[in-house]
Amino acid sequence: MEKAYADVPAEEKTRLYREVVQDARFDTYLYGCYECGICVAACPSARFYDFSPRKIAQALAREDVDLVYEQMNDDVWNCSQCFSCLRCPRGNNPGGLITIMREVAVNNGLRTTKEALAGYTRIIYKIMTTGTQVSPDMLQEDAFPDWGPQVKDVADHLAVWRRALPPETMHTTALSWDVEERTMRELYAIWKWTGTLDMIAQLDEGLHDIMEEIMDDALEDSGIDAAVSD
Amino acid sequence: MATSTTKTTDRTVPVRGTSVETTKTFRPDPGEAPEEDLREAVLQLEREGEWIVQRVPEPYYEAPTKYGRMKKIPYERTWHHKSCGQCGHIPGYSTSIFWLNRVLGYDYFDPRDQTSCTAWNYYASATSNQAAQAAVAMRNFAAAYETGYFPLIHCGTSFGHYKEVRHELVHDHALRRQVRGIIERLGRPFVIPEEIVHYSEWMYAVRDQLQERVVHDLSPIVSTVHPACHYYKLQSGDAIYDPEIYGGQRTAVVTGVVQALGAQVADYSTWYDCCGFGFRHILVQRDFTRSFATLRKIEVMKEEANPDVVLTHDTGCVTSLDKSQFAAQAHGRNVGVPVMSESQFAALAMGAHPFRVTQLHWHSTDYRPLLAKMGIDAEQAWAEFQEDVKKIEAGTMDYLTWESVL
Repeated sequence: MEKAYADVPAEEKTRLYREVVQDARFDTYLYGCYECGICVAACPSARFYDFSPRKIAQALAREDVDLVYEQMNDDVWNCSQCFSCLRCPRGNNPGGLITIMREVAVNNGLRTTKEALAGYTRIIYKIMTTGTQVSPDMLQEDAFPDWGPQVKDVADHLAVWRRALPPETMHTTALSWDVEERTMRELYAIWKWTGTLDMIAQLDEGLHDIMEEIMDDALEDSGIDAAVSD
Repeated sequence: MATSTTKTTDRTVPVRGTSVETTKTFRPDPGEAPEEDLREAVLQLEREGEWIVQRVPEPYYEAPTKYGRMKKIPYERTWHHKSCGQCGHIPGYSTSIFWLNRVLGYDYFDPRDQTSCTAWNYYASATSNQAAQAAVAMRNFAAAYETGYFPLIHCGTSFGHYKEVRHELVHDHALRRQVRGIIERLGRPFVIPEEIVHYSEWMYAVRDQLQERVVHDLSPIVSTVHPACHYYKLQSGDAIYDPEIYGGQRTAVVTGVVQALGAQVADYSTWYDCCGFGFRHILVQRDFTRSFATLRKIEVMKEEANPDVVLTHDTGCVTSLDKSQFAAQAHGRNVGVPVMSESQFAALAMGAHPFRVTQLHWHSTDYRPLLAKMGIDAEQAWAEFQEDVKKIEAGTMDYLTWESVL
């Protein structure tokens, strides 16, 4: 049987593999592998997907560049990031390895990553522009039909139910709580200075451009010198 | 807790509690801990001028952790690092934490100068990186320090992730310098708390004070506890473990509080499993979340313990375990247990209004049988809440105030 991603040049696979193993976290996330399978037994994703944290650790430990590339495309987005795999008696952190592999996949704009995150971009927008991920107004029945009629109840009464909350910070509907403008601007500066905003360009150029405009406009008035070169 | 039985309408299920099946007591020796005490390194870096360490305000409670080290838990002057999911979708969760602070007379601060930890982004989509995550954490810590209040973290993921960040900042001087540069450029102090404290640890610390204020008989209530993965699996060494609870083999938070309140805690075999949240999955691949939450958690709890309520201490866990039951119920599966945080359960036990304070109308699975068993009149309480809503709609009340719920 032909290997998966046989059309991708070996140099490209090696380049991405190196990005993974050169990450500062890598050396504290992988110490080898006993091949005991304890991580698999604890892994929720392994129960419902063709997915194995053991294979992730093994492929990286064996420097199997082809398999790592395949996993970066086909496996890593199945991980639940619960870190139950930290039960590893070797001291490995397979969930952490997957975090690194995902970051490399995002940074390099892999097609499979764009597909895996296609429905997720509005969440990224919310997180990066408001500083709170899950706002009350995201509870809409068309987005959560499987959660039952209670979601519609919330959506129908949202504004008034938010005011029926004693904490004054929580009367918001578009944000989880009332975040100060200065706070948000500082967050924008962090996204720019750490290259996080640039990561989005690899994933979704349109989303990147919209967010960059919002952040640049806000920072311009803030007195924060957001120049990346500093 | 001794083994007892819980009688249900159709069968009797033995309640295996939190005592372990051995007479041996395991008392961990901090000297034998397999991991370093990171707090010592944090203080050493302060001595070297690398950062300021914000001390836990006195008086504090000292709780035992996994390897027998003691952890300082502040009673008051806490800066509440809110959770985006709690405030957004389970607002009774955060409201109950604040309400409990007020009932106990503790001084706290609910900041606007706070972002979420953004770890949902980091774990779900990986559209972030080490430096950004550490800078977000240190910006929030700086904001807390500037108020003079000490961070108390509501979300299990924020708690676990901030401990990861602390570990990275201690061990990676290049990262520490990069993040310090960012924080100083923002005009903020570079400061880290002496302890990273989760609200459920505060609940554990004040459990006896909560017990004194219980107004409902909880002895017939059987609960199951879901310990949140990111509370005790990430940087596990400083999660609270108590030799009296599960023989010190599982974290004692939540369980210790629920038992103090007078309710029964029943065991079940899949306690170590996660809730199925998955970060990305709960939003865009929810078939996984629903399946895992119901098949591996709720159905197992129903079969083995038949609880009246599932209690947990993290945002995603309440959401996954509660919301996933609707679809399973439609398929006639053995589900149908209300899910809430132990902060909401404690507030109810202490007489909090089920809708004005614990805000149960934001939850999906039917909670009314639980309220009835606790001796709370849900119908009357709902009618009272509806009166509030009418006043807000009519403009005669701006919003519900703390004065009206205390």
